[in-house]
Amino acid sequence: MTLIETDGERLLLAVRSLLAQKGIVTPEEIAERARLTSEASPAQGARMVARAWVDPAYRKLMLDDGTRAAEAVGIPMRGLLPLGVLENTAEVHNLVVCTLCSCYPRQVLGFPPFWFKSAAYRARSVRDPRGLIAEWGTVLPAETRIQVVDSTADYRWMVLPLRPAGTENWDEARLAAIVRDGDMIGITVPNA
Amino acid sequence: MTLAPGTEVHVKFDWPEARGPAHIRTPHYLRGKTGTVVRHLGDFANPEDLAFARPAVILPLYHVRFDARTLWPDAVTADEILVELYGSWLEPK
Repeated sequence: MTLIETDGERLLLAVRSLLAQKGIVTPEEIAERARLTSEASPAQGARMVARAWVDPAYRKLMLDDGTRAAEAVGIPMRGLLPLGVLENTAEVHNLVVCTLCSCYPRQVLGFPPFWFKSAAYRARSVRDPRGLIAEWGTVLPAETRIQVVDSTADYRWMVLPLRPAGTENWDEARLAAIVRDGDMIGITVPNA
Repeated sequence: MTLAPGTEVHVKFDWPEARGPAHIRTPHYLRGKTGTVVRHLGDFANPEDLAFARPAVILPLYHVRFDARTLWPDAVTADEILVELYGSWLEPK
């Protein structure tokens, strides 16, 4: 048996043809969704962050309705769970985790980093967030509160990080290039 | 009735998983704890029913904030946990 002849692959083929035969979805729609899933990456979320840093109206939209903000920069969100965006400020730093499983805003961040689903990350993020992010080199001012966002239900959450100092004259593309997935989870902060 | 932002809520000290197969979205470290409603996030079909293909009631979903010091005996800083919880798990204080 080869990898493409496994039972799972045959089952997938059977389900896909049944969906098409019954008129539930077309093969083209399945191919389109598979393409969108593989195109999703942290670069999508980074484009949103960079736009929010240069455009106050976009920033407001992003914090009010992450799904609409994603669609406004061409990220397809149809049929997906609502996206919520939480803003880091001098007072509050957000850190996203899913202690129950592995909820992750894949449409804007792609596949999660390997450690996101680990028992260690899930347990320590809610118990000792400050110690945990320090291991990534993220040391916050003592007066900054950490807000751990435990993603348990029907939303997916991403962080809008603080724009780093020294980027005042940068354009959107240059800003987007410094934003990593960890910055949008809150385990790190962007550096210029 | 939708809970207003600022409402203090008690998370039910309930363990459905001890009574049989269950799908639960309320983390165990929050059961029996007290938090504050931040906002109503919308209304969603109860995942505890959806997971078993049962007819699902529509429940309000809230963002609820907890002070880390009320959850962990060794917490030293005023950090916060913000969690999505369904109305069926919350009792206004």
